[in-house]
Amino acid sequence: MPQPIRVLVAKPGLDGHDRGAKVIARALRDAGMEVIYTGLRQTPEMIVNAALQEDVQVIGLSILSGAHNAIVPRVLELLREKDMSDVKLVVGGIIPDEDAENLKRDGVAAVFQPGASLDSIVTFIRTAVA
Amino acid sequence: MKTTERQHTTTSGVPVDPLYGPEQLAGFDPSRELGPPGEFPYTRGIHRDMYRGRLWTMRQFSGFATPEETNRRYHYLLEQGQTGLSVAFDLPTLMGYDPDHPMSPGEVGKCGVSIASLEDMEILFRGIPLGEVTVSMTINSPASVLWAMYLAVAEQQGADWTRLSGTLQNDILKEYIAQKEFIFPPRPSMRLVTDTIEFGAKRTPRFNPVSISGYHIREAGSTAVQELAFTLRDGIEYVDWALERGLEVDEFAPRLSFFFNAHNDFFEEIAKYRAARKIWASVMRERYGARSERSWKLRFHAQTAGCSLTWQQPYNNVVRTAVQALAAVLGGAQSLHTNSLDEAYALPSEHAVTIALRTQQVLAYESGVANTPDPLGGSYFLEKLTLDTEAAANDYIRRIDGMGGMIAAIETGFPQTEIAAASYRYQREIEDGERTIVGVNRFQSGDEPIELLQIDETTGRRQEEKVAALRARRNNAEAQRTLDALKGAAEGAENTMPYILDAVRAYATLGEICEALRAVFGSYQETTRL
Repeated sequence: MPQPIRVLVAKPGLDGHDRGAKVIARALRDAGMEVIYTGLRQTPEMIVNAALQEDVQVIGLSILSGAHNAIVPRVLELLREKDMSDVKLVVGGIIPDEDAENLKRDGVAAVFQPGASLDSIVTFIRTAVA
Repeated sequence: MKTTERQHTTTSGVPVDPLYGPEQLAGFDPSRELGPPGEFPYTRGIHRDMYRGRLWTMRQFSGFATPEETNRRYHYLLEQGQTGLSVAFDLPTLMGYDPDHPMSPGEVGKCGVSIASLEDMEILFRGIPLGEVTVSMTINSPASVLWAMYLAVAEQQGADWTRLSGTLQNDILKEYIAQKEFIFPPRPSMRLVTDTIEFGAKRTPRFNPVSISGYHIREAGSTAVQELAFTLRDGIEYVDWALERGLEVDEFAPRLSFFFNAHNDFFEEIAKYRAARKIWASVMRERYGARSERSWKLRFHAQTAGCSLTWQQPYNNVVRTAVQALAAVLGGAQSLHTNSLDEAYALPSEHAVTIALRTQQVLAYESGVANTPDPLGGSYFLEKLTLDTEAAANDYIRRIDGMGGMIAAIETGFPQTEIAAASYRYQREIEDGERTIVGVNRFQSGDEPIELLQIDETTGRRQEEKVAALRARRNNAEAQRTLDALKGAAEGAENTMPYILDAVRAYATLGEICEALRAVFGSYQETTRL
């Protein structure tokens, strides 16, 4: 049996809208992954530390507040500093197209916008980690 | 054309029979279940003439960037015929942080307007007479602080507090349940809410100190019944605390107001509003022995469902919103916010918010639905749905009573897990194609690009500079004195409102005031449940 994929689902910033994060966490778990959910109001430092401790292959950030341009680059920077660039960073939420392109250029593996299907997210993670 | 099983259930998953007729309403006594509009149990509405007497208040929720920019939007909305204001605050304000707090970068002015001090509140309402315009404020954990700023601005304008009319959301229970913008633990938070109810009953008799909100519960993914039940049970909790404080029920209950979602399922939503009035009237009269009819009447604001808006084919959102708004009106709402077509992407542009307001004006002035109260009353289907919704909500209310009340239920995670399960079920139904979302999982086509409101990235810096300049300019000794006095009051049992007013008038900032309260009350961390 292959080891299950380990994913950290994280809610950075001040936003409390956790419906999406919780739905994704359950969907990934139903798809056979091991999911750790950080809960609310995580700083980039807390998220990267949790990812290191939990030894995850994927970090999923849920951001709906418009703060992604402040938060995501900082997470990428910390991953590089800690030599964790092999961890795939996936972002979901209200991310305008232009910002999504920029984030992907900076190193984000995928950006999932509203309406993205759970299946497409599961499939992406399986392919990216394989 | 394929029809699936799921199309014969409501949005909340309640099965719908093939046909409704008298057999589903056997034993139905209209005089007991309905009564005339304006009479107990108010199923048909809280006024005899409903919208013939006065239309609902058209109140668009609005706020972004700096108070200067939001003030300009308010003047625009009032010029366009909007009849009340509704303030959206940004996340740092909702969490009681100043713009220069380490948690604030990237968030200032993004989801609403940034208000850090009385100075910002003065700018927000510049040129807007608070004695005449009614204002609703969506603020919860630090609600008493923002309300104190508002009252201080009204005072500066020479407005009489006893004539001020408006609404403070101030519903902390639904924050723990759904919206999650909490600062302090539940019990000290409830004490702050009770302080505002008590202060309001004595000093601002026309202001609604709490708007008990199902909106966010529904947005978090609950069913219609859960939205209704948890909201009304929250209302019961506030009443219990106010009674415990020593207030008479009829002294404060008439000023409790409610806030519900208007989601996709037309009849389910109308049934929800009718059942809400009916249950609350009984709770007030039977459970609490309220004697004033004003205590029995459930007044509510409605907002169309933000979570129903789609990123794909955004113009379809205008149609969704119109249908949802129609449900709110047929359900007897006292005020209404219609979402803008671009809100799956961003805060609304001026163009989009104008269409949303025009949607309400078309309903009010062209559709004819405002001509007679509860025009759908007597529909077999609607009456059956209303009865079923009432019964299902009462079941939940009894279960929560059995747990020892809403705070105990929140502490065990009961409403949170019920909502998470419902939201996951709903998402799976969309995923499996059992539930159709037009333009998302069926009828897809290319998306038309739309113009979006851009929040100026310098907002954060400008707000930081403003608060720094204020701290340099004000009398710091006086600000510190008021903060110390507030801490003393918080440690004791006195009403905190007069102390918060003093701190606000001394230009202590929101962050400083909340920090003083954090020092006494502590902060709340929820136990995360999936």
